[in-house]
Amino acid sequence: MAATTVPENTTKRHAGRQAGPDRRATGRGPSRKVAANLQAYGFLVGAVLCFLAFSWYPMVREFIMSFQEKKRGVTSWVGMKNLDRVYHDPFFWTAWKNTAEYTGYALVIGFALPFFVAIILNELRHAQAYLRILVYLPVMLPPVAGGLLFKYFYDPDYGLFDHILKTLHLPQSQWLDSSHTAMISVVLAATWMSMGSATLIYLAALQNIPGELYEAADLDGAGLWSKIWHVTIPQTRMVLSLMLLLQIVATMQEFTNVFVLAGGNGPENSTMTVVYMIYQYGFRYNNLGSAAALGLFLLLVLIAFSGVYTRLSRNSDQDG
Amino acid sequence: MSRIGYRRLVAVALVTGIGLTGAACSNSKKDDSGSKTSAASAGTPLDPKTKVTISADCEPPTTEKAQRSEWIADVAAFHKLYPNVTVKSKDAYPCEDPAKFTAQLQAGTETNTFYTYYTDLQQVLDSGQAADISDYVNAKTVPNLASIDPSVLNVLKDGGKLYGLPTSNYKMGLIYNRKIFKEAGLDPNSPPTTWDEVRQDAKVISDKLGSKGISGYMDNSAGNQGGWHLVSEMNGVGVRAVSEDGTKATFNDPGTKQVLQTLHDMRWTDKSMPATPGLVWGDVQKAMGTGKIGMYVGAPDDVTTEVQQYHANYDDLGMGPIPGGKIALMGGNDYMFKKSDSPDQIKAGIAWINFEFLTVSKGQFNYPRKKADGLPVGLPEPFFFTGTAQDQDNQGKAASATIPVDNFKAYSGVDVPVLAEPPNAQKVYTVLDTVMSGVLTNKNADLDKLLSTATDQVNQLLAASS
Repeated sequence: MAATTVPENTTKRHAGRQAGPDRRATGRGPSRKVAANLQAYGFLVGAVLCFLAFSWYPMVREFIMSFQEKKRGVTSWVGMKNLDRVYHDPFFWTAWKNTAEYTGYALVIGFALPFFVAIILNELRHAQAYLRILVYLPVMLPPVAGGLLFKYFYDPDYGLFDHILKTLHLPQSQWLDSSHTAMISVVLAATWMSMGSATLIYLAALQNIPGELYEAADLDGAGLWSKIWHVTIPQTRMVLSLMLLLQIVATMQEFTNVFVLAGGNGPENSTMTVVYMIYQYGFRYNNLGSAAALGLFLLLVLIAFSGVYTRLSRNSDQDG
Repeated sequence: MSRIGYRRLVAVALVTGIGLTGAACSNSKKDDSGSKTSAASAGTPLDPKTKVTISADCEPPTTEKAQRSEWIADVAAFHKLYPNVTVKSKDAYPCEDPAKFTAQLQAGTETNTFYTYYTDLQQVLDSGQAADISDYVNAKTVPNLASIDPSVLNVLKDGGKLYGLPTSNYKMGLIYNRKIFKEAGLDPNSPPTTWDEVRQDAKVISDKLGSKGISGYMDNSAGNQGGWHLVSEMNGVGVRAVSEDGTKATFNDPGTKQVLQTLHDMRWTDKSMPATPGLVWGDVQKAMGTGKIGMYVGAPDDVTTEVQQYHANYDDLGMGPIPGGKIALMGGNDYMFKKSDSPDQIKAGIAWINFEFLTVSKGQFNYPRKKADGLPVGLPEPFFFTGTAQDQDNQGKAASATIPVDNFKAYSGVDVPVLAEPPNAQKVYTVLDTVMSGVLTNKNADLDKLLSTATDQVNQLLAASS
């Protein structure tokens, strides 16, 4: 029987080849396929043109501009001059340090908090829908409006936060007005404004975890933290991993919150991020070549980070 | 999609991309030739028979009804003088948003006759957008040319060539709240003139009125506003921010340190400054307009903002000279002319600017009309006229004054020499923001270290800019 039986998958493979047209024989396969999908390509044209005009073309242009300089209306090639200029800018490393600090705080606060809020929401039996709306509500607020709201809250003279601290007889803070607390204040505001979206994504992932796993953990006598550590986190690892990558890439490009809340630089340049520095070069110093060069630095760092991260994740998946 | 399909798609994308890039590059390769006309014909006034259309920005917005109606009336009056010239106005508030302006310069979408700040000249030249108007401007086309302060015209020159016409200027001084001075028992007619006096008066105000949330003094520390204010303040005690040739920082000086020490002591020892320094433009103006501070360093046009936006009273506000009184930082605005303008468009633009901004008792100097429209008359700016034109302007202003001009006597009555903003001003201000925020947000700030670090940083930036 073993000698005469053709394995099922082999049969399917052969059947598939026989059923389909022989492309090499006719030579018309691709064009026929294109013709069959013409409508789909038609729908794609708009999106591709948009990407071309607003994403790919500016990227190519930015790359070219980072090697050019415009003086007296004449654009000339200057080699590495712009890259050298921004690298030797006295605030170059300050901006990178601040960006890393923002990303670090955003990971500790902005990455962990939505996950734990999602776990709590997932555990609730009542009013989950209302609370979900409540958590998502700040996302609907325009970022600038949210920033201005927090700027008022942080005011050491009239702000809500210091008023609460004072009422509770706790030491007050300078929030945005001190180089020690400005960045963390910006991160707190940014987390409040954006955690709703991440919470909903985590919640969706949590709801896909089979209940049997928790029941088994209960039978094994696992406690709350044990269940989170051994069931919840492994089961949502893909989502967590993707969100971590997206969050780091997004926070490395922070601009709006530091611009609105801390006037860009912040006290003693403590909130000057790389993207704010790009803005300074481009729109305050009118030096688009150097702005593009700094953008190129950021692009290279993000590409390198994404590459390493993806590689590590892949290795980790294979090990798992 | 098959491999062949991918290749085609990639080829199409590449060709399109290269085409677009090429177009973009060719677009940015405009030359430096400027408007073409002979010097002889350039110097003649616009022929009224010439049919030409120009666009001009900074028309007052609809929210400023009186100013807008005056502008529209002036455009109509100009059209009567030059029936073949059409002025297309573009409204804007503020007249220039620096980030938007930079983008406009890059795209070449500014109006034919466009508003700029004095500090914009280099960036407009680097963007290749300014027409050289040296041959167009003379006593025939701008009859008051000889009466315009040469130091103001010099700000708009580069390499001996003229690129703009001034429409306003200001010098920095000390804005103070007379009502608060009175309530604190200070003489509102004698504002402080030195930093020691500023500190004393600020302490009196905070001690007496601090319980009402009023502070004696306030300053900026971010958004390049801190650097701008610090340069004004060091100028007041006679210190220049950078050398005359713009290559070296010169602010690390005992005078600057003394100013910073005073600010530090006001903030941390006397507590006569609010815990929150001004972070962006508008913060100190709001605090003054709403009666929360006694003094700050600013320009006269802030007073209008405080009255119109924050409902302060002109009676309650006054100005004194910049503390120290040695040099007052001068700024202002002007109109430039787009490089792609035709000679007739440049002539028409100059005729319009002359009509609206440079003729005594006309346009912006039509004081009786301003008074009738309920607009403020009597502020000590602009002050770019000299000689007879200045006398006529002062007389006209005094005759129609609607604000208490005596409140500004201490400022305008003292002849403080003016100094234009330093080269690469915005870069210098960015660095000096750090010094100001260090002093105003850090009780243990090391002034010597802040100044020496900032000096190195400014020198680095200036070297990189050359």
